[in-house]
Amino acid sequence: MLLKITCDVLRIYSGRRHLMTKVTLEVNGKKVSKEVPDHTLLSVFLRDNLNLTGTHVGCDTSQCGACVVHVNGKSIKSCSTLAADVEGSKVTTIEGLAKDGKLHPMQAAFKKTHGLQCGYCTPGMVMSAVDLLQTKKNPSDQEIREWLEGNICRCTGYQNIVAAVKEAATKM
Amino acid sequence: MKSFNYHAPKDVKDASKLASSSSAFLAGGMTTIPSMKLGLASYKDVIDIKNIKKLSGIKVSGKTVTIGATTKHVEVATSKDVKKAIPALAKLAGNIGDAQVRNRGTIGGSISNNDPSACYPSACMALNAVIHTNKRKIDAEKFFTGMFETALKSGELVEAVEFQIPEKADYQKHPNPASRYAIIGVFVAKHKKDVNVAVTGAKSCVYIDKDLSKKLSSSFSVSAIEGSEVKSSGMNSDMHASAEYRANLVSLYAKKAVEAC
Repeated sequence: MLLKITCDVLRIYSGRRHLMTKVTLEVNGKKVSKEVPDHTLLSVFLRDNLNLTGTHVGCDTSQCGACVVHVNGKSIKSCSTLAADVEGSKVTTIEGLAKDGKLHPMQAAFKKTHGLQCGYCTPGMVMSAVDLLQTKKNPSDQEIREWLEGNICRCTGYQNIVAAVKEAATKM
Repeated sequence: MKSFNYHAPKDVKDASKLASSSSAFLAGGMTTIPSMKLGLASYKDVIDIKNIKKLSGIKVSGKTVTIGATTKHVEVATSKDVKKAIPALAKLAGNIGDAQVRNRGTIGGSISNNDPSACYPSACMALNAVIHTNKRKIDAEKFFTGMFETALKSGELVEAVEFQIPEKADYQKHPNPASRYAIIGVFVAKHKKDVNVAVTGAKSCVYIDKDLSKKLSSSFSVSAIEGSEVKSSGMNSDMHASAEYRANLVSLYAKKAVEAC
């Protein structure tokens, strides 16, 4: 029994010894480096360690898309990605889109066409839509709706979101 | 999520050495991470295999398409080689989950997890795939052994999936409106000698519908399976679809797939 307890203590200790990892990323053009627990999610790293709370966490089961950010230019769900897993990557969050106080064309289009109500899903919608226009320059309504399957909005009924992406497509 | 040790080995040997009864291999993490967050699974060690270069990539030979385990769905969906050799496979990959899931999720992860409603297992079954692991080669029909279960042993890692190029094939899926998982999915592949109709989402594990396969093997046409009754016994029944509804969808989507071939 004593041996078992000793073994358990040793196991826990040896486990804990390796639980921290240093994660270095370039976030919105700025190099950041933090020592975080191995199981830190990218969404947690951005929100809690870097104070970048524009990345939202909605469903937390990778269906709603509120947490979408870009990693090396591609949109991904940060709530289902480990920070350690993207070590060395370039990350862009919603805070990184506006330049010199001027909204990114996608943000401006969401504002112009009323593509949001409560705004909770908006950061993910915008990041996802920006990636769509990188992949396809002038998407059809159908293509926009298919691409945004991974972003769930409970307010707008999507009409104005689709309108926003179409509007942005003319500016980007 | 409970804590764990994160490892990112550079080769398969090291990855295999790190594996134990309380470890998981991590590729895209599109299932593994949500499962851990929901408390459905917890591991002492998480072994990220994405840094192992030889596990990624697509190769087409005369008769087969071989896809590395960590190849992402988006890479399969947009690959010119896959689109040319097996367009149905590119189409399947392009409709998994959503764009962000396809940017991370991998074929090796999908088949190793063997979710009863995952898309890829049906392609493996219909396209007579051979699963290459770090220890052996396993035929798809022997690989998928039950709900979330495969023939993989502890420390065994999928390295690649080798698909047989069919004469014609198509995949039709009725997706869950939120997750895009298959409420049912039917992969029909016409090979030189016979036809395979593989069904996912309907039962606890992917399977070949022998009756539909046999009928289409003797005559590859919608009329050959017109009126064929698919039995609902053993089919999943949940808030999204009853067993009877699923059975009807299997028959309907098999016809759709044959039509689209």
